[in-house]
Amino acid sequence: MPGRKSDIFFIVVALGAAAFGLMIAHAHHRNENAGHGLKEKAMLVERLGLTDLCLFTDARYARHPSMADLHTAFQDSPMSVEHFPSGTLILPPPHLRPR
Amino acid sequence: MSLLERHRNIIDFALSSLGRRWKKNLALTLVYAFIVFTLASVIFFTEAVKREARAVLQGAPEIVVQRLAAGRHDLIPAGHIDTLKEITGVGQVQGRLWGYYYEPSTGANYTVVASGDPPLAPGTIAIGQGVSRTLNVAEGDLVPLKGMDGAYVSFEVARVFSHASELVSADLIEMPAADLRVLFGIPEGYYTDLTLKVRNEKELVVVADKIRRLLPDSRPILRDEILRTYDAIFDWRSGLLLVIFAGAVAAFIIFAWDKATSLSMEERREMGVLKAVGWETSEVIAMKSWEGVIISLTAFFGGTLFAYVHVFFSSALLFEPVLKGWAVLYPRFQLVPHIDPYQLLALFFLTVVPYIVATVIPSWNAATVDPDSIMRL
Repeated sequence: MPGRKSDIFFIVVALGAAAFGLMIAHAHHRNENAGHGLKEKAMLVERLGLTDLCLFTDARYARHPSMADLHTAFQDSPMSVEHFPSGTLILPPPHLRPR
Repeated sequence: MSLLERHRNIIDFALSSLGRRWKKNLALTLVYAFIVFTLASVIFFTEAVKREARAVLQGAPEIVVQRLAAGRHDLIPAGHIDTLKEITGVGQVQGRLWGYYYEPSTGANYTVVASGDPPLAPGTIAIGQGVSRTLNVAEGDLVPLKGMDGAYVSFEVARVFSHASELVSADLIEMPAADLRVLFGIPEGYYTDLTLKVRNEKELVVVADKIRRLLPDSRPILRDEILRTYDAIFDWRSGLLLVIFAGAVAAFIIFAWDKATSLSMEERREMGVLKAVGWETSEVIAMKSWEGVIISLTAFFGGTLFAYVHVFFSSALLFEPVLKGWAVLYPRFQLVPHIDPYQLLALFFLTVVPYIVATVIPSWNAATVDPDSIMRL
């Protein structure tokens, strides 16, 4: 039984550090065993010639950001401003930005 | 008395002092932990997505050639395949057929792609888990899709892509190329875009330049550019990170500023009493520093551990409304965790260090004042 308050503090710090250790070990373990899932996704990408991750599905330029063109922001009319929430969250791909 | 024993005594006193104002300190620790949680969740999520994109999209086409008409992506004639094959170094050129399908009954958008190798049988489709969820269909069920002419065509679900592949396949409908042409009214002799394989990867940029010169109405997109797209999307300057980061950092600045400028009268008086009973200025500052360390370490450990559980065990549940936007279909993916010591160190220096500094500076100011004048306030 800890007798002093500082002992409780040291125990809490040790437990926190141990939990961090467990977190890093868990991440490492999941990484080691992720090969099958990653391979499955990579095979699907190769077989269907996919180019993007399915993160957003509301706007086409957010669903396939790498395939977006310079006019996607004005897809509905020349004065149309961006109105999809996902479009405000992502930057245009680097190959569309001025170098 | 040894240095260790001296500091243990100071920690004992700091904990008692925190305990006397436990409600305030508990609220402070919870707010602090929440800010750490938000920042850590963003860092874990974005790094995991970037790494997954790099690993998974390695198999993406080396070059995609799109045709642009009046600034918009247009169908590309199959005749361009022969033109591209003539470029030295180009190994294989294939047409890609794909498009988007809006399902009015569910309000979901799907990505329809032509079947790869081995091809699906005519009249059948393979669908992603997201499509299966929104349409409530499984293997063997019929899915009616509205064609260009307004007539519905029923397709039998031959396969549902696995949960594990949801990050790339959630909204996919794979169907035979001939069925896709009929559904979208794409005439024979045209493709959505073309994909190229180049014999020597070092020549990709040269080949892309030649494509631009040979087909001025087209634009080539390199695999390297596709991969860099995901680094850019989750770059710290991107909207997603900026919105969440800016909010959390602003909250933290207000929080630290408040801490730095509002040492309570009770705390000042406590410091005056300590100095009056013989504590040295350095000991008073050490006591306040330990208070800062105790609160910030608790918040750092708690916030980071909860962020890990949030991102890698609950599929970043709290980010879902942000990422979902107006979409009906949202992929449910389990990211592969990756913890970089650099990330943890950056988080530590971003949150713990400023807080301790913000605690020590006003304490130092108060501790150097004559105890008699503090107690008379």
